[in-house]
Amino acid sequence: MIEPFASLVAPFVEFGFMRRALAGCLALSVSAPPVGVFLTLRRMSLMSDAMSHAILPGAAAGFLVAGLSLPAMTLGGLVAGLAVALLAGAVTRATVVREDANLAAFYLISLAGGVLLVSLRGSQIDLMHFLFGSVLALDDAALMLLGGISTLTLAALAVIYRPLVLECVDPLFLRTVSRGGGPVHLAFLALVVVNLVGGFQALGTLLAVGLMLLPAVAARFWARDLGGLIPVSMLIAAIASVAGLSLSYRFDLPSGPAIVLAAGALYVASMLAGPRDGLLRRLARPRHLEA
Amino acid sequence: MSARPAQPDPIRLVGLTLGYDRHPAVHHLDGTVRAGDLLALVGPNGAGKSTLLKGMAGEIRCLDGRIERAGAIAYMPQADEIDRSFPLSVLDLAGMGLWRRAGAWRSLNRHRAAIEAALATVGLEGFEARPVGTLSGGQFRRALFARLILQDCPVVLLDEPFTGIDARTVEDLLALLRRWHGEGRTVVAALHDLGQVQAHFPTTLLLARAPVSWGPTARVLTPENLARARALSEAWDEDAAICAGPRASGGHAHDHGAHAPGDHHHHEDAA
Repeated sequence: MIEPFASLVAPFVEFGFMRRALAGCLALSVSAPPVGVFLTLRRMSLMSDAMSHAILPGAAAGFLVAGLSLPAMTLGGLVAGLAVALLAGAVTRATVVREDANLAAFYLISLAGGVLLVSLRGSQIDLMHFLFGSVLALDDAALMLLGGISTLTLAALAVIYRPLVLECVDPLFLRTVSRGGGPVHLAFLALVVVNLVGGFQALGTLLAVGLMLLPAVAARFWARDLGGLIPVSMLIAAIASVAGLSLSYRFDLPSGPAIVLAAGALYVASMLAGPRDGLLRRLARPRHLEA
Repeated sequence: MSARPAQPDPIRLVGLTLGYDRHPAVHHLDGTVRAGDLLALVGPNGAGKSTLLKGMAGEIRCLDGRIERAGAIAYMPQADEIDRSFPLSVLDLAGMGLWRRAGAWRSLNRHRAAIEAALATVGLEGFEARPVGTLSGGQFRRALFARLILQDCPVVLLDEPFTGIDARTVEDLLALLRRWHGEGRTVVAALHDLGQVQAHFPTTLLLARAPVSWGPTARVLTPENLARARALSEAWDEDAAICAGPRASGGHAHDHGAHAPGDHHHHEDAA
């Protein structure tokens, strides 16, 4: 008889690389989902997808210069992502074209540049590493990076929380009372980029978005206000990390996709059974109240 | 009013032209909103009332001339950009008005009584914990008024503030405007209900892109002036010629010290 709890824990007890993977994913689980919560509330969910593509040329440039080196690729990704975010933000403020359109324009330019760079020198295997990451091979430097990103994100969110909420709800009002709207918006975009760069170490560019958005979207079926959404999204991400890593170990699956699929399964379950507007609750249709 | 200590004029308009894509929506407007004014902006649709308020709030750039502003200005737009699906309570929405005092980090807890009092003033007691998305259009507007109360600004700009609000609440809010007026605050409101304007607003600016008349309400809202405002074209002429009027780029051509109280610039050449 297999003990379910023991089989869940065993791989992490037995193998150091599993513990490292878990630590990295948990660090990402407390920082990326809150950013995702704000993205979904701003109806910018797809923006993170665009940004994850925008990071590619920077990472590729780092790879071309220094090979498969973490600092070079991270720095390249940060520079490319921040450049796209800042340029799109600046053009949006200076012209009448909306931010999503500007972002689309800049990320397409960036992505095409990245594909060009990778194809100039890289092989297919290198590209796969970009796209799907290597969570089972996190070294000390990568763990430090993930921990640092997590710390930075939580501290920054605490500092810009109120103006960020105001900027989401009523940007015009924030403009009339403070000049902070622009810097806060850019700081938030920078957090998106930083978390995606962190995520692409662990999960790869394509799947980094998954751990940012799926828990955030799933949380909407459990909590109503920000005070609930943020912790619930963190919890869902943490559960997805543990479950995904266990499953990937047990069934010999690639770990990045396993984690994101676990988060996807939690999203579907939340959508069906969540107490806030879950589909099953809709079917039940309880009797209305008196007032 | 002349007995009061001289306060700086909160808003001065100098040769002001505001508009979109070089087409003026407010044309060659001069005048001063004085401290303590309760001023109604009246005019047909497309007359430039909202544009003028946006300009006063600093939301759009002047095509020509300038707006001189002194001090903090609170602005309630006609069509707000507020995302009402955002999970925010009525208490938090109204509490935004405390930004100048609480800033980004200080706690709102010790202001809770003030927020509740402001909500009670607009008839929203008991709504504190409700998400803003569950309010009706008129209730939401009232919550914005509560925020305005908490902003506690010396100058308040309101763009059709009573749209969608029931009669009883409008009475309450008009009483609030009168109270602000009594406290010496400056209130500028764009309105369509002439009866309301005549009953509650001592001064009126009748606007039809160009100013038709600016002064005491009884002298502004005459049948002739209203007919003139209606007659002024609302059309946007795609091939309009470049305006040959004087550019108001710098000089102080206007003497602001010499006016009797309530006597504003009258633009009689409105064509």
